[in-house]
Amino acid sequence: MMDNLTEILVVGTQEDILQTVLRLLNSQPSWHAEGVSGCEEAISKCKSQSYQVLLLGGGLTDMEEERLKTEIKIIQPGIHIIPHYGGGSGLLYAEIYLALGTDNKKSGL
Amino acid sequence: MAQTVLHSAASRGGADHGWLKSYHTFSFASYYNPERVNFGALRVLNDDSVAGGRGFGEHPHDNMEIISIPLSGSLEHKDSMGNIGTIEPGEIQVMSAGTGIYHTEYNKNKDEVVKFLQIWVFPNKRNVEPRYDQVKIGAPEKPNSLVQILSPNPEDAGVWIHQDAWFNLGKLEKGSEVDYVFQRKGNGAYIFILEGEAEVHGQTLSARDGFGIWDTENFVIKASSDTEFLIMDVPMEF
Repeated sequence: MMDNLTEILVVGTQEDILQTVLRLLNSQPSWHAEGVSGCEEAISKCKSQSYQVLLLGGGLTDMEEERLKTEIKIIQPGIHIIPHYGGGSGLLYAEIYLALGTDNKKSGL
Repeated sequence: MAQTVLHSAASRGGADHGWLKSYHTFSFASYYNPERVNFGALRVLNDDSVAGGRGFGEHPHDNMEIISIPLSGSLEHKDSMGNIGTIEPGEIQVMSAGTGIYHTEYNKNKDEVVKFLQIWVFPNKRNVEPRYDQVKIGAPEKPNSLVQILSPNPEDAGVWIHQDAWFNLGKLEKGSEVDYVFQRKGNGAYIFILEGEAEVHGQTLSARDGFGIWDTENFVIKASSDTEFLIMDVPMEF
């Protein structure tokens, strides 16, 4: 693990979509993302490592999302827990930038 | 008192991949502007042009209501639920991505650019069952009026989505006007000009300008020239 990387944990039950999201996140040089498929794994990960962002991917029930928000905030009070929408590249980067409070505009061109 | 926001056509972000030229009204992919992320539940308004025979290979989506409106040419869709369809001007396509769906989108013609709007609306419920639909857009009941193309109601005109949103297409002759009344308290409207010029709430709008208005019960669109536009009536809080 390199210093100054933004550590991101992604939870999603659809393995193919999870891998797509991880590939997109890890294509950014200052981000490092790991993925898990359920609540138990996510909570276990957060007990052993610090993350800046927890991204709630698709397939989780409302109860599972609430459980993650509650229990992981207790383990890591500073973590940003955000839902991911879209399942791919479209909104992903903006979601992370917003969670981190990034003000720098990126033209995309 | 009505509140408004103007997004001029020239202020949009974008991407040019050669085969794909896209203008983004709101932050999308590598375009990021923290002041331009969404208008209520309206999250994406992409103005796309895809070269002949080219398109988007298989890619996933989840938890988003995705609407495509072709402006010229033909767009072919295939998805992991087995749906295959082609849409052309005068039609609208919707996909509720829900728990997850894979699809491809290609320009069906090899010798003609396909131009279309791709619009994403946040769903009012996550992880719904994925679904796909496409319908022909009805003709207006009379000249210089609106045609509803999307609503939350399966039995209503146009396609339906998992959100309290209503879309209308308008085509006005120069000098005519239409009074739009919001469908739901708490909704705002985002007007996107497709062709020509119009005036909304004292603001002159040209092709591809976007204008949001909320905290009012209605507004008037006046045609400064022959004009076509899309009204997206969406919840401001969701």
